[in-house]
Parts: sequence; C-alpha cells; structure tokens
Amino acid sequence: MKKIEVIQNVLEANESIAKRNQQLLDKHKVFAINIMSAPGAGKTSLILHTMSRLRAKLNIAVIEGDVASTVDAEKVQNVAKAVIQINTQNMPESCSLMAAMIEPALKELPLDDIELLLIENVGNLICPSEFTLGEHKRVVISSLPEGDDKPIKYPLIFIDAHAVIINKMDLLPYVDFDIATFRHSIAGLNPKAEIFQLSCKTGEGIEKWCSWVLKQLETNAKTIEASHTS
Amino acid sequence: MHELGVTENIVNIALAKAGEAQASKVIRINLVIGELSGFVPECIQFYFDSLSKDTIAQGAVLHFESVPAQLCCRDCSAIFHPEDTLWSCPQCGGQSVEILKGRELYIESLEVE
Ligand SMILES: Nc1nc2c(ncn2[C@@H]2O[C@H](COP(=O)(O)OP(=O)(O)OP(=O)(O)O)[C@@H](O)[C@H]2O)c(=O)[nH]1
Ligand SMILES: [Mg+2]
Ligand SMILES: [Zn+2]
Repeated sequence: MKKIEVIQNVLEANESIAKRNQQLLDKHKVFAINIMSAPGAGKTSLILHTMSRLRAKLNIAVIEGDVASTVDAEKVQNVAKAVIQINTQNMPESCSLMAAMIEPALKELPLDDIELLLIENVGNLICPSEFTLGEHKRVVISSLPEGDDKPIKYPLIFIDAHAVIINKMDLLPYVDFDIATFRHSIAGLNPKAEIFQLSCKTGEGIEKWCSWVLKQLETNAKTIEASHTS
Repeated sequence: MHELGVTENIVNIALAKAGEAQASKVIRINLVIGELSGFVPECIQFYFDSLSKDTIAQGAVLHFESVPAQLCCRDCSAIFHPEDTLWSCPQCGGQSVEILKGRELYIESLEVE
C-alpha cells in the first residue's frame, strides 16, 4: 500500500468554473447579482420590483434557480429582457445553484444586450453559502416572519453577503422581529455588509436598494475598464 | 443535495491522482472537513458508493477528519472555539467575529495499491 499526499480543495472545481463565468460576464460588461434566501422571503418579488424600477435604464436578464416549477420564471417573463430557467431535470433535489449550472445558462443569454443579470437561487439558507456562481455581488434576503435569529442560526450565508435585505417591513406591527437585534448580528458577522429595510408590498425602501445596485454596477464597470487600460 | 456535485469532484480527484501514481486500486480517501461546513459525511459516502462503481475507487473507505471551528474576535483579537450558537467572545463578550477555521473541505491524501 502506498500513501499519496493530495491536499486539494474539493470545492475548487466549482470555484474555477465560477471564475470563468465571471470572466465571461466581465467581457460582455454584465453585472451579476446572486439573490439568496429561505423559501418565500421575497426573491422573486424583489427581482420584479428591481426590474420595474431599473428597466428604463438597464437591460435586465434573470436566471431562475427554482427547482420544482417554472412559476417564478413565468412571473418575470414579461418584464425581463431574457429569462433562463435552470433545467434541473438531471439534478434532482438540488438545494443550491452551482457554477456549472450557470455556465450553460450564460451561453443561452444575449450577453451583449444585457447590463444586469439577477440570479434567483434556490430557496435555502444553508447550501448556497458553499457555492459561488461567478456573481459580482451576493445578496441575502431575510423577511420579518422568519424571525430575527436567522443570522445566528445560519451564519455562513450572511458572512459572505455584500448586502442583506430585511423584507416585508410592512409586517413589522404584527410580528416579533427586533430590527436592532438583527442588525447587531449582521454587524458582528459581517461589518461590511450593507443592510436594506424594505417592503415588496408597499415599495418602501426599494428605491434605496436600486440606487445601491446601480452604484455597484457602475463601480464594477469602472474597475473592469481600468484593468483593461492598465 | 449539494453533496452530489461535491462527491463527483472527490471521485474525479481521486481517480486522477491514483492514475498519476499508476495505482490499481484506491483503498482509502482521507478527507478533512470543517466543523462549520454544511456537508454531511454520510451523504458524501452514499453518493461516493454509487459514483465510484466500476472504477478503481470502488469500495474505497472515505475517512473524514473534522476540523474544529476557530473564530477570532474583531474587538480583542481573542481566538476561540464557539461554545454556543451566539458566537460571542469568551474574553470580552463581543459578537463581532471572523472565521479562521472550520469551512474547509479538502482531500488530504489517498491510500492506494
Ligand atoms: N406582506 C408582504 N408580503 C410579501 C413581501 N414580499 C413578498 N411577499 C409575499 O411573500 C410570498 C413569497 O414571495 P416570493 O417573492 O415569491 O418569495 P421567493 O423568495 O421568491 O419564494 P421561493 O421562490 O418560493 O423561494 C408571496 O406571497 C409574496 O407576495 C412584502 O414585502 N410584504
Ligand atoms: Mg421565487
Ligand atoms: Zn473579544
């Protein structure tokens, strides 16, 4: 018997495909956001609001990671420039999108006609934290009915987020959710994360979120340009 | 189940390394898994058994060595193991922490014939 030293990260395969995805997106000047949350926190609702507010300025495409149905893809169909539903037929019970699922989807999208790509991940707070897709920004939505302890129970997904959204703010009078406790947990785990409080029902706070998206997109475009000229 | 994709990588890496070493059989794969990583060893073993069928890795034992989580307090720099889900610093009570160890998942070594 012989022992072979390996020391190889098992997640490296996903990370190298993710890197390739991001290079492709950068080449076509597409800014991508990976939207993650527990089921029903408001990913599709946020995508719809973001599109209706930004579509006068940007061409927006959506990748839907909903595993079980096409309902979310149908909802965004009318507003988006293009929608791709990730085909999970060969991936039963997938609990997260992975970079290898995004790669073929990017080939189908008219990347040159798109500036913003919104990716709706599978509703899950555990698995998506292990996989990057090639996105530029990672966003996690928590909604008031879920309770303010989600960052404590599922820290990993919040640790890597660039922005955390507290959705369903319209329900504040009816649920026990302490905004200060939640914000304090996020600040501890991930002090750099931007926190947005909004409601996809009333539209409150959506504008601030959309300005952040626009600003990040512009900053990313400048970074890419600078790296080309230098 | 995200273990499926991950197990495919484990099989691919093991077969490639065993191939380089001109081995005829993979006996054991030593994996290191962080306490905070969301992967379930039993689940990886389950997929491994089916994915490795009819390869030289068929029947190999997967051995998982767990790496305890290690956190660092951003306020006082204490390094500690989280004792509760709150992840508060035992030295100063602070709740601003960074993960130093505990998210890894890698193949440490293979035992082959
Ligand atoms: N009251 C209230 N309801 C909301 C808000 N945002 C979304 N909802 C409702 O919450 C439910 C789930 O919203 P979705 O946008 O479908 O959530 P999702 O995260 O895409 O759900 P999955 O794709 O199933 O994981 C829908 O009935 C929405 O109408 C909000 O701000 N306030
Ligand atoms: Mg949805
Ligand atoms: Zn401390």
